[in-house]
Amino acid sequence: MTQAIPNSYRSGPDDTGHFGIFGGRFVAETLMPLILDLQKAYEDAKADPAFRKEMDGYLKAYVGRPSPLYFAERLTEHLGGAKIYLKREELNHTGSHKVNNVLGQIMVARRMGKKRIIAETGAGQHGVATATLCARFGLECIVYMGAVDVARQQPNVIRMEMLGAKVVAVQVGARTLKDAMNEALRDWVTNVHNTFYCIGTVAGPHPYPMMVRDFQSIIGEETRVQMQELEGRLPDSLIACIGGGSNAMGLFHPFLDDPSVDIYGVEAAGHGLTNLHAASIAGGRPGVLHGNRTYLLMDEDGQIQEGHSISAGLDYPGIGPEHSWLHTIGRVKYLSATDEEALAAFQLLSKLEGIIPALEPAHALAKVGELAPTLPKDHLMVVNLSGRGDKDVPQVGDILKGRQS
Amino acid sequence: MTTRIDTRFAELKVEGRAAFVTFVMAGDPDPATALEIVKALPKAGADIIEIGMPFTDPMADGPSIQAAGLRALQAGMTLRKTLQLVRDFRAADDKTPIVLMGYYNPIYIYGVDKFLPDAKAAGVDGLIIVDLPPEEDAELCLPAMKAGLNFIRLATPTTDDKRLPAVLANTSGFVYYVSITGITGSASADSSAVSAAVARIKRHTKLPVCVGFGIRTPEAAHDIARHANGAVVGTALIDALKGSLDADGKATARTVSAVADLAAALAQGVHGAKQAAE
Repeated sequence: MTQAIPNSYRSGPDDTGHFGIFGGRFVAETLMPLILDLQKAYEDAKADPAFRKEMDGYLKAYVGRPSPLYFAERLTEHLGGAKIYLKREELNHTGSHKVNNVLGQIMVARRMGKKRIIAETGAGQHGVATATLCARFGLECIVYMGAVDVARQQPNVIRMEMLGAKVVAVQVGARTLKDAMNEALRDWVTNVHNTFYCIGTVAGPHPYPMMVRDFQSIIGEETRVQMQELEGRLPDSLIACIGGGSNAMGLFHPFLDDPSVDIYGVEAAGHGLTNLHAASIAGGRPGVLHGNRTYLLMDEDGQIQEGHSISAGLDYPGIGPEHSWLHTIGRVKYLSATDEEALAAFQLLSKLEGIIPALEPAHALAKVGELAPTLPKDHLMVVNLSGRGDKDVPQVGDILKGRQS
Repeated sequence: MTTRIDTRFAELKVEGRAAFVTFVMAGDPDPATALEIVKALPKAGADIIEIGMPFTDPMADGPSIQAAGLRALQAGMTLRKTLQLVRDFRAADDKTPIVLMGYYNPIYIYGVDKFLPDAKAAGVDGLIIVDLPPEEDAELCLPAMKAGLNFIRLATPTTDDKRLPAVLANTSGFVYYVSITGITGSASADSSAVSAAVARIKRHTKLPVCVGFGIRTPEAAHDIARHANGAVVGTALIDALKGSLDADGKATARTVSAVADLAAALAQGVHGAKQAAE
């Protein structure tokens, strides 16, 4: 690596929202005053003990935290190497890690007096979490979702509507997550006076990547304490799937300054890295989209390409800017798993542990299957089980049925 | 540094009229037709031409301009070809100012250090980059000024008096006032609110102020031109272009004239307005 190793990997971003060259505030002027307001409101909230206390109350009684750190005994035996622990984010209310961030942002929106909440969603997990908290706090909720994702994630569309949200099927572009985010940004520019944009991942203009990371860091903070209780020491490695990268950043961030902890992020390799995929770091380069500079999939003219993955939550052509920085300085290793590998891991965990994972963390589990057998039995590995697979049951069922006939 | 934009506004001031600023998309519906359209605009009365640089993810644009960009990309348009379009236009017109408008990523990928001299040499006079607020001035705005290109900033209804000086600090050529909070082509601008906003901006700058987003008709353009130094029309021209295409979205014999005829009508609206702005 050509760059100097910083004193801490946890001090970013700088005042202008940069992690090295990544991040920033690449937005239309209409939004800029609001983004500065948001930054101030978030800093005030962070400094206010009452905010933390209220958050903690909801995290415990409404979300169901802390989420367990579970020793996956049969998976460990099956793989015959590292001792595998699952961080059970899929047990949270609404079924994924997304709710940690949404709760935080909704509380900030309330402090700012915003009554109309918009969100983008891919797999629908962030949309469901946003719809849930808007129902809880009596806020108007509009969720933008690509029309392709609306079709393949029907259970979550129905859930959002039951919770009182309006789901807008986005018909432009490839009609997946990137296009949903474009439409949400267009809504925000239009309704900036009363609207709060609840971004679902560690991307977008500053302060979003930092704010979402902070709200998700509870995953890693709990893991530290729980591993201390269970094993009396730090884990040896962490692994999580990455679309935008919020569940991964939440697990990783509290451990970035522990050099003994190896950290792996797993991108979606779709049909393979030489084919259609969504692995921004493996197959992309730095560019500017959706308010930040980060690794992106694009052509030689700088036109953004579509991400492709079996998982609607991972097929985004970018990644959070802090991940791009952690990749560049070499603190986190970024791997990728194909659709096929994820499908196999999805079935393996279901059968060995009685836990049906979402297709997103199934990508991380696929790489656990490669890494764990090469590691000693006293190696402690934590996998972020970021979501449950209920939403994927119809889709995976169809794929498997198609293969039998 | 005096650019064609500065010269044009000095001439307009002498004539006591506002600028008619047109926006069309480079390469829409195909590179050859787009060149013919751009060539026809000065004859139709355009004082300044904004040319859109197509981008896959135009987050501040409404459906019409989104679709125009996608038509251009499908027809093989690139930033390199957009610069070629400007060169070809310049071969026969050395006076009409050309402003490239779009998003940062294609320029960033082209390479800022290479793009600026190439654009200047092609005959570009100014840049409007929607996703580069003053907070990111080091990226392109400051190097563009050094390269002799105007960097034209957008001011919006959310840009308050406290923020205006920062927005205007490194702006040159003119100030583009976005008359609505919203995407291009979505709502119509209210001329009394626009008049107040232009007056507010003029308290902070001597630069000309042009108004855009939401101007569709000669009457509306006339109204805006009374209160500002220029009226920008984009979506209406692109809708006229789209209406002239065949079922496959290809240009027809009517395409160039459909845009030019509407531009001529709009130009009359703008040029008939007595300036109250100075």
